Amino acid sequence: MSRYEVRIGGFGGQGIVTMAVVLGETLSLIDNKYVVQTQSYGPEARGGASKSEVVIGDEEIDYPKVQRPDVFIAMSRAAYLEYVDGMREGGILIVDEDLVQIEGSLPSSVRVYKIPATRIADMEVGNKQTTNVVMLGALAAITGIVSVEGLKQRIAERWPRFKELNLKALELGLEAGRRAVESSQT
Amino acid sequence: MPKRIMFTMGDIACAEGAISAGCRYFGGYPITPATEIAEWMARRMPEVGGAYVQYEDEIASITSVIGASWTGTKAMTATSGPGVSLMMEAVGLAVMTETPLVLVNIMRGGPSTGQPTRGQQGDVMQAKWGSHGDYQIIALTPASVQEMFDETIRAFNLSERYRVPVFLLADETVGHMRERLVIPDEKDIKLEYRKLPTVDPSEYLPFKPDDDLVPPMALLGTKYQFYATGLTHDERGYPSDKEEVQIELITRLNNKILKNADKIVEVEEFMLDDAEIAVIAYGTPSRSAKRAIKDVRQEGIRAGLLRLKTVWPFPERHVVDLATKVKQIIVAEQNLGQIYYMVKAAASPTPVHLMTKPAGMPQLPQEIVQMIREVHSS
Repeated sequence: MSRYEVRIGGFGGQGIVTMAVVLGETLSLIDNKYVVQTQSYGPEARGGASKSEVVIGDEEIDYPKVQRPDVFIAMSRAAYLEYVDGMREGGILIVDEDLVQIEGSLPSSVRVYKIPATRIADMEVGNKQTTNVVMLGALAAITGIVSVEGLKQRIAERWPRFKELNLKALELGLEAGRRAVESSQT
Repeated sequence: MPKRIMFTMGDIACAEGAISAGCRYFGGYPITPATEIAEWMARRMPEVGGAYVQYEDEIASITSVIGASWTGTKAMTATSGPGVSLMMEAVGLAVMTETPLVLVNIMRGGPSTGQPTRGQQGDVMQAKWGSHGDYQIIALTPASVQEMFDETIRAFNLSERYRVPVFLLADETVGHMRERLVIPDEKDIKLEYRKLPTVDPSEYLPFKPDDDLVPPMALLGTKYQFYATGLTHDERGYPSDKEEVQIELITRLNNKILKNADKIVEVEEFMLDDAEIAVIAYGTPSRSAKRAIKDVRQEGIRAGLLRLKTVWPFPERHVVDLATKVKQIIVAEQNLGQIYYMVKAAASPTPVHLMTKPAGMPQLPQEIVQMIREVHSS
């Protein structure tokens, strides 16, 4: 893996930046990869457009931002519409299917995975704030770019008070990701 | 503290660098995109026996830093363009009173309130010329999270050695990006401290320089009596309106930086050995340039990068040397052209091309690739 690019787009408040930070922490501190994490957001605390990016490599990362993502996770229609054109041939598109409909034409080589992350967080985990951790689990299952054990370790270290809740969210996200992979192969 | 590894943002690396450098006073006023430095210092200063004070504005913040420094405490503030504009009068006072301090500017879009959450490199000339009068400061331009730590330590060491305000000039991308940070064991970090007077108090002349043009600095509350003023002053520190006193003082304040430029300036040379085309950049655009240079080398174009880690004093000798070796120079900065004019003057008659980008994203690697190709075929 010379360079692998992940872009996450959504609203302020969905945990878009935190998701990238936890991914970056796990990859850098536990999986021992070179990682740069960046973000862009507006002045609003909630509701504005939010984007975060992680660039992963086996050698030092020069340009720190995503150029053409290998993976794009769309958590809002606005983010989908803004960034979908930048998808790489053969790239992976993951959408929260309750928030984002596939619109327009995608390159035929782009693989699409639909994960109802917000619904899973709300109905199955019982806390909508874990939406980003559900999606992180799905990302790990679909792409294999990050170690699941690493994510578990990092989540436990990062949120000792909410460890069980977030580990449950991660597990449900992993399952949803595996199911999405299976159904795409049938 | 033993060695530690973190995955953290540039702003926090800067705060940790300050703590490792021995900074024990932070006076500031939070502002995007430098707020995380203030937040981190507010948490960490009490843990290490230091003090964090949030003031009513940036003017009070930096003047408190000047006061703290005179007590012998290493002191800093951190802000962004609008805050630097307010601090500029006090930067002149710190220059004139030869007060060591570190001023961090996480550069955002300007002028005025501009774009708070987006980056730019629009304050490079402000750092040099923002206060009135003829003076020199030092300004360092980190390009990674690790350098936010390392260069903050260097900023403190230089400010102590030369008794001068040192700017850490980082664009927003560097301030807010997260990367791995290695904090060395404290015994592996080299720290400097201002020279203290050794003469009998009756013989102490507070602004009489040594051979390195820097006077030993007595601290407030010690047995030495002295007067520090923004007025032009003689070696005793007494105000003077004599022409020769003004000439002697401001010449020395400039020369203590300019004549030591070789000891201050640091650059990184990347693939320059056989280069015909050189890109000059600092901060985030230098990372785009590295990518671009690797890419054009695949096409057989011999390009290289001179990355400025110090912009003030300007690395004139390095640029002059470079201009004798390469055929063309490209300056890529995240503004409408600031360091470009310094490069152009130093590199003459070698042609210098400017790539501007006065907005939140640096030049993209493929944009620099395109520019190198154009210059190569011209």
